[in-house]
Amino acid sequence: MSVSPRHALAVWCRNASMYSRTWKWNLLPNFFEPVFYLTAVGIGVGAYIQEMGGMPYVAFLAPGLVCVSAMNGASFEVTYNVYVRLTFEKSYDAMLTTPIEPDDVLAGEILWALTRASIYGGSFFLIVVAFGLAPLPHSLLAIPVLMLTGLLFASIGMAFSVNVYTIDYFSFYFTLFLTPLFLFSDVFFPLDERLTPIWQWVAECLPLLHPVRLARAAFSGNASLPLVTWDLTYIVGLSTLLLAIARRGIRRRLTS
Amino acid sequence: MHLANDQLAEPVIAIRGLYKRFGDRVAVDGIDLTVPKGICYGLLGPNGAGKTTTLRMIYGVTFPTSGRIEVFGLDIAQHRRSIRNRLGVTLQDNSLIEPLTPEENLRVFARYHLMDEADINQRVDELIEFLELSSHRDVPVRDLSGGFQRRLAIALSLVNRPELIVLDEPTTGLDPAVRLALWSRVRALRNEGATVLLTTHYMDEAERLCDRVGIITDGKLIAEGAPRTLIAETLAQDTIELDCSPQEEARLLDGLSMRVHRLRAGERLMLHVDHSVALIDHIRSRSTDDELHIIARPTTLEDVFLALTGTSLELGE
Ligand SMILES: Nc1ncnc2c1ncn2[C@@H]1O[C@H](COP(=O)(O)OP(=O)(O)OP(=O)(O)O)[C@@H](O)[C@H]1O
Ligand SMILES: [Mg+2]
Repeated sequence: MSVSPRHALAVWCRNASMYSRTWKWNLLPNFFEPVFYLTAVGIGVGAYIQEMGGMPYVAFLAPGLVCVSAMNGASFEVTYNVYVRLTFEKSYDAMLTTPIEPDDVLAGEILWALTRASIYGGSFFLIVVAFGLAPLPHSLLAIPVLMLTGLLFASIGMAFSVNVYTIDYFSFYFTLFLTPLFLFSDVFFPLDERLTPIWQWVAECLPLLHPVRLARAAFSGNASLPLVTWDLTYIVGLSTLLLAIARRGIRRRLTS
Repeated sequence: MHLANDQLAEPVIAIRGLYKRFGDRVAVDGIDLTVPKGICYGLLGPNGAGKTTTLRMIYGVTFPTSGRIEVFGLDIAQHRRSIRNRLGVTLQDNSLIEPLTPEENLRVFARYHLMDEADINQRVDELIEFLELSSHRDVPVRDLSGGFQRRLAIALSLVNRPELIVLDEPTTGLDPAVRLALWSRVRALRNEGATVLLTTHYMDEAERLCDRVGIITDGKLIAEGAPRTLIAETLAQDTIELDCSPQEEARLLDGLSMRVHRLRAGERLMLHVDHSVALIDHIRSRSTDDELHIIARPTTLEDVFLALTGTSLELGE
């Protein structure tokens, strides 16, 4: 059976009504995080590093950090939160007593993770704009990029979560997967200046690299068409593949 | 019960040759079951008998290895969404959204059924009144007692005004007052025309609430009927209980001319007979213990259940 958009939306609504309870508390740290990053780098590290990738360090960091915050927004949602709903709260078992089907659950959760990614990434982006680090209007293209970031990391996390049987694995996911991505995906230093060509090819496998490169292009206003095409293909292709895996997994977990 | 009418009307649930295997384990082993419209049907059976698995197959989230299930005359394999739109399920374990209030939980659930806002408002008020939740309408679920949480779980399954209500152990772990209150709600629903299918480990509950019961063990339906009929067909009408060792038992029952069905659990001996007075006289005349405590009572569904499913118990005629 295929997705029923209205049922997927009902799943989304469930999460939204939970979130509407706590959004003020969730959003507040969300605004502070980028402020801390940017001021620390701006007045601290940035004072020692005059320039990186041909621009002030804080400006170099901005587009990558916007993607990272979208990545984090999506990841928390589809890992710990999905796992709790799946195993402890049994929310999905309850949904499946109504006309909702596993595909709707998956679609609704991905949509919700995308929403959270947009809220996280979007608020970070606003701060970056306020700091004058995002040249308008072309850097507005970072908004669709952070939504794609949300889609990609929602798909990765979901494929992981529905195939995992203890909550302990999620700390591996964060420390052994997301943290290295955060450090080695062109966010803190330009990969192409530091890596040998062989390693640059290897780095192309890293999921976060592609959104970061697209965000950088949006901020700088110049992009290479083949590279943008490759980045978009990677993001959409990997998301599709992982969603198919997640779909099989969630069916196996919810029906028998 | 209007048996003649029931048999004419199309059954709400019709199960033929239902079989389900999980790996090597057979959970449901060839069940045929018909639930006519408007009755309360109780599925009884020991832990692991296959009750929940059967229910899950009825609403289409577990897929039979073989066999066929029709609900409202529709094949569940093909009409999952439309069938589930017309039924409500209370799961064995509550699945509530703990930080939200009962009202908010009901609203979320109503959206799963795609109900519109006006309808949701009306239905939420109706259900909060029906299950007497109004005093706790705005209290987060995590602060509610087990009884209130269970009532809310049942309210959720009624949100779409279901024609078929499936309750998996609705009263397990509840105090007697809450159980009584829930029974009256279930009766009210049935009297309004809904069909109820429930599972329970409480035989008194089944006896009082259900028009028909089916007993499952090891995935097989081994007995079925109205509670009174089932009792009459399976065991004699009187039961006496006493404590004695097997050796004592042999002596007490020696020379007895009437037919007795025995069931022993440890020291406890239960005897089912047509006329308990004669049996009690016989036992008393042979007992050396003048104080021997004998309980005489009518045979209940619990006795039938134990006689039919009590694998760890010693049985005999
Ligand atoms: N998804 C599953 N995978 C493997 N085995 C399962 C699965 N679901 C149920 N079983 C097994 O099938 C059998 C029947 O389980 P079921 O939950 O239907 O019993 P039940 O009658 O509801 O028991 P209880 O009274 O304890 O709730 C059990 O042996 C159980 O372990
Ligand atoms: Mg069960």
